[in-house]
Amino acid sequence: MRPDSTSFELDDIDRRIINNMQGDFPVSDTPYAEMAQALDLSEDLLLARVQHLVQAGALSRFGPIFNAEKMGGGLTLAAMEVPEDEFDRVAEIVNSYREVAHNYKRENRLNMWFVVATESPEEIDRVLSAIESATDLRVYNLPKKQEFFLGLKITV
Amino acid sequence: MELAGDDLFRMRLIGWLSRGLPVSATPYEDIARNLGCNEVDVLNAIQELREQNIIKRDGIIVRHGKVGYHANAMCVWDIPDASVADIGRKMAAFEFVTLCYRRPRKLPKWPYNLFCMVHGKSRDKTLGFVEELVQALELEDTPRDILFSTRGFKQLGANYGISPTGTGVA
Repeated sequence: MRPDSTSFELDDIDRRIINNMQGDFPVSDTPYAEMAQALDLSEDLLLARVQHLVQAGALSRFGPIFNAEKMGGGLTLAAMEVPEDEFDRVAEIVNSYREVAHNYKRENRLNMWFVVATESPEEIDRVLSAIESATDLRVYNLPKKQEFFLGLKITV
Repeated sequence: MELAGDDLFRMRLIGWLSRGLPVSATPYEDIARNLGCNEVDVLNAIQELREQNIIKRDGIIVRHGKVGYHANAMCVWDIPDASVADIGRKMAAFEFVTLCYRRPRKLPKWPYNLFCMVHGKSRDKTLGFVEELVQALELEDTPRDILFSTRGFKQLGANYGISPTGTGVA
């Protein structure tokens, strides 16, 4: 089974864009023009491709990634053991919280895994308790204790 | 909390940026126009947010499953507390490991304290990567589990700052 039902066909230009735009995007008057030059593409083509990649769902987003802790926010990974026949109902409840940033079904007794991001660290407990009450299931809170790496770079 | 001046400006800017960078020839000018300020204020503020590491990264976030990386596995390990930092650092150095965190155990149900994400183009490829970790770091006897994702529901960046619609802080 696949996490997404359809796959997006990337061509060489898409690959060049994805492989080279995961880091520091220029901060200047015309950043796409600068990036286009570095990638040996025209600015118009780069803009059109990025737009297309976002619309087609190949990119979940394009722009800055914020450091939740540095902003005074709370961030955690949470897991639940959801009975198979209740999975969709519970997923709908969990995903309805705006603090839930993403949610995956995984193969384990703990089969629902989601990230919660809040404005302040104290709010994490409030959101997880609210999810427990709304679903009648236990939520395991697994905040990071130490980070060894952060770079989501992939080569396609 | 009442925000004023620079703080208010910063939170409004973060509110715009957290929804993604405009895909236009002059994205920062577009944001400045919306915020009613000069482009140079936006550029300076973004540089500052980067220097303060409030912006960790600036660019494309790929939806792995859409671009051929269908086998996304969360690998979890029960490593003795005394060696988890060392193993974690070594694990993070592998190219196919995209995230590596130490997290609390939840006994008895959840004995694992080290988490890493491994992305591969197929389930076999991903399993091969995990085997490579086991061999290289001598983890043959370490309790572990591999949790492939079978469905992704929501993959959004978190929203921060003051939302562009002006209704409160996200």
